[in-house]
Amino acid sequence: MLAYVVRRLFATIVVMAVVAFVVFLLLYLTPGDPAAILAGDAATSEDIRKIREKLGLDDPFLERFGQWLWRLLHGDLGVSIFTNLPVTHLIAQRVEPTLSLTFCTLVISILVAVPLGVVAAARAGSWMDRAVMAFSVGGFSVPVFVLAYILILVFSIELEWLPVQGYRPISEGVWEWARHLVLPSAALGTVYIALIARITRASMLDVLAQDYVRTAQAKGLAPGGILIGHALKNAAVPIATVIGIGVALLIGGAIVTETVFALPGIGRLTVDAILRRDYPIIQGVVLIFSGTYVLINLAVDLSYMFFDPRIRY
Amino acid sequence: MAAVALETPKPVSPTWRNFREALRRHPTAIVGGVVLLAMILVAVFAPWLGTVDPQAVAPVKRLKQPGAEWWFGTDMMGRDVYSRVLYGARVSLAIGIAVALFSTLIGLAIGLVTGFVRWLDAIVMRVMDGLMSIPPVLLAIALMALTRASMENVILAITLAETPRVVRLVRSLVLTLREEPYVAAAVAAGTRLPRILWRHILPNIVAPLLVQATYVCASAMITEAILSFIGAGTPPNIPSWGNIMAEARSMFQIATYLIVFPGICLSITVLAVNLLGDGLRDALDPRLARRM
Repeated sequence: MLAYVVRRLFATIVVMAVVAFVVFLLLYLTPGDPAAILAGDAATSEDIRKIREKLGLDDPFLERFGQWLWRLLHGDLGVSIFTNLPVTHLIAQRVEPTLSLTFCTLVISILVAVPLGVVAAARAGSWMDRAVMAFSVGGFSVPVFVLAYILILVFSIELEWLPVQGYRPISEGVWEWARHLVLPSAALGTVYIALIARITRASMLDVLAQDYVRTAQAKGLAPGGILIGHALKNAAVPIATVIGIGVALLIGGAIVTETVFALPGIGRLTVDAILRRDYPIIQGVVLIFSGTYVLINLAVDLSYMFFDPRIRY
Repeated sequence: MAAVALETPKPVSPTWRNFREALRRHPTAIVGGVVLLAMILVAVFAPWLGTVDPQAVAPVKRLKQPGAEWWFGTDMMGRDVYSRVLYGARVSLAIGIAVALFSTLIGLAIGLVTGFVRWLDAIVMRVMDGLMSIPPVLLAIALMALTRASMENVILAITLAETPRVVRLVRSLVLTLREEPYVAAAVAAGTRLPRILWRHILPNIVAPLLVQATYVCASAMITEAILSFIGAGTPPNIPSWGNIMAEARSMFQIATYLIVFPGICLSITVLAVNLLGDGLRDALDPRLARRM
């Protein structure tokens, strides 16, 4: 078991190193001269040369990568070109809305999708099953922002139940915070629910065909107990895997959702940075999101040991 | 014995006949195929379907609601939304199909090489793991931020973001196929590697790769819309569905139709591609049909 944990940790470090290298390559290939941008319009070529030297822009590629990595490991993601503030600072300011949105979506999606998948599998072929399957194909086909606008149109403009846009920090009251997150989470969660429900159903169908399920039925155990205790626990590994992989959808979707609902999160920071070509921010966001994604999937891999103690990789 | 075997035909190799048989069992795939074909025809024949110049600006008739004269209304510059949506089909479909084609071909090439050249495998797969750790939309955004907005760059960025998953699929198939007795027999008989690839490996990869290509196509069309929507996609002078919706962002409350029409078209097209993909998967691999 310890060997498995160590191996997974090691693989994660390798993946992180590759991600860091790819992101550095993006920075390296950035068009334009960062020194000229930093120096401003009034700078002479001598000024620019000095800044280049100070930033180490003329050093060999690998040396620059080493220095960049060293700073990265010390929590230094560089400075925004536009605001001249540290990227870590800018991202930290925006963490709360993004974390609120993705966390709410994650929890709600799992609570909705897993029961849907279980019911669909338990009643395979019924209208419930067909409805869940139709939803999971449809949910994959509607882009998150189209869904977001439909939800705003129905629940905010027509029915006036929920706010159209905006965000309230949780410190200003849980109720207002939650009200502002309902529609964004619903829009963002749909594709995720579709994905998880589909895999849950498939995985449950596999397990329900196993001999030990029939044995449990023959013993006269309660159908609900068999479904949860015997089947769902054994079907959990693929479900956990897809919950982890699907976080990539959440991250990509969060950027768009924050734009539609005017949530002042990391996604909005990214979109503003794209319009201003503020490369250090874009690179910082890619690193933070990818790092989080990798760590979530590490946690998922380690959770396999709980669901299936036989696992030895 | 014979009767039992007839009831559960073993999926040895999907021949044309049981392929057709399977399609008949999955009418949704046919619906998807027909809708997709209709969309392609609309895209190709856009100039002859009662459209005007999608870029023609006419400030006099700004923001007209949909009606008899302007079927899908007009946007804030007085451009005809119906024409823009029809021409937009060209952009979305071209990007979806191009990305599916390129990432499949590149993924196939890299996957075949890594599957057979063991020392390369470890290196290439670590790189692919790294690329797959960056959420695809985010990677495409980062790449688009580096370059000028153009259709070629959008295709390139989305292809780069989608390819690692194709590589992983091809490699895993190759690793399984390598262990098949008929491949071992071919090697023992002294068959050269190109011929083994062509005769034994490729025919067994085509079906799953085709299915994967449809999913890549669907995902690429959504990614393109997302990129355009946040201002990192196709240039504003090209009427893509994402661009039409992006321009409508600020006036959603007064001109809902600017989002609704391109949104519906995009969703229907992606749905059609997904249905086709699901149907193909079930048709080409009956073992999976029961599960998904």
